[in-house]
Amino acid sequence: MTTEAATIGLTHGGSEDTGLGHRGPESKSIVVPYGFWLFVLSDMVLFSALFATYATLVHATDGGPTTNQLFDRNLVAIETIALLVSSFICGLAIIAAKRSSMLWTQVWLLLTGLLGAVFLFIELYEFAKMIAEGAGPQRSAFLSAFFTLVGCHGAHVTAGLLWLGTMMAQIWAKGFRQHILRRLLCFSIFWHALDIIWVAIFTIVYLIGTLP
Amino acid sequence: MTEDETDLIDVAPGAPHNNIMSEVVSYVVGLGLALLLTGISFWVASTSVLWGPGIATGLIVLAIAQMGVHLVFFLHITSGPDNTNNVLALAFGVLIVFLVMIGTIWIMSHMNANMGVSPELMNLQMQH
Repeated sequence: MTTEAATIGLTHGGSEDTGLGHRGPESKSIVVPYGFWLFVLSDMVLFSALFATYATLVHATDGGPTTNQLFDRNLVAIETIALLVSSFICGLAIIAAKRSSMLWTQVWLLLTGLLGAVFLFIELYEFAKMIAEGAGPQRSAFLSAFFTLVGCHGAHVTAGLLWLGTMMAQIWAKGFRQHILRRLLCFSIFWHALDIIWVAIFTIVYLIGTLP
Repeated sequence: MTEDETDLIDVAPGAPHNNIMSEVVSYVVGLGLALLLTGISFWVASTSVLWGPGIATGLIVLAIAQMGVHLVFFLHITSGPDNTNNVLALAFGVLIVFLVMIGTIWIMSHMNANMGVSPELMNLQMQH
């Protein structure tokens, strides 16, 4: 049985594990982030539907403003850098948290949050400007799809910032307990995933949308 | 089997390595590559270095490359035996994402083409 399982690739790295449940489930430190990874992937499936909708409706402008008239590449470049560096610093926070360094964990998490807030602020500024110019979500099918896609990402960032504040308070109050570290790791997966989705947004919506 | 041995067999997505230098280097390399790819994306989009109609394709290739960088250097998804579960879940996710996106774009463009209306008229209809 064991050899048969090995030939079909069910074992891990030469261990005695047959992959058939003899060893019992993995420890919580593996199972919890893995489950969260599945959630993040399903979130990406949700975003793929929004991207597909946007790609279908991008030319349905109803005589209203088009992508080339609305988007400002300089703002998007600042947003992109802010979110990317925020994602990087979130990784530094995980490294510090693993070594139970309260000061550096809180400093890196604070910087992560501030850069996330910069991103969100620029996005809200862009939305407010577009709505003031009469390019709100009710103007055309293209703008409905745009606000749904980019707004959904912005809502995720907002939820991430609330989660981040909660994590900072929990680490402060309870210290580096195992379950707190697991939550922090899940938060970092969420934050990195939001940056991956933003890569798709700035490419498909903003860069391709402002090609001459 | 103890908890420590269990941890050697599988790793969670996003979990850093054990050596502080290799951890930091991984994130710094990831940041450098991501900044480079972002820079190339913005540069390619604003010059005529690529053949005009090919720029969009080039940008999508660059975006997929940058997503790969994020997955490897930030989320630590590797091809190692301790990462099998994470990679399989990712592969399934990517499959569904591509089915939804390419399937939708493909079908909707063919519906436009097969409506038997001239493109100009179709465009008018799509604008409402």
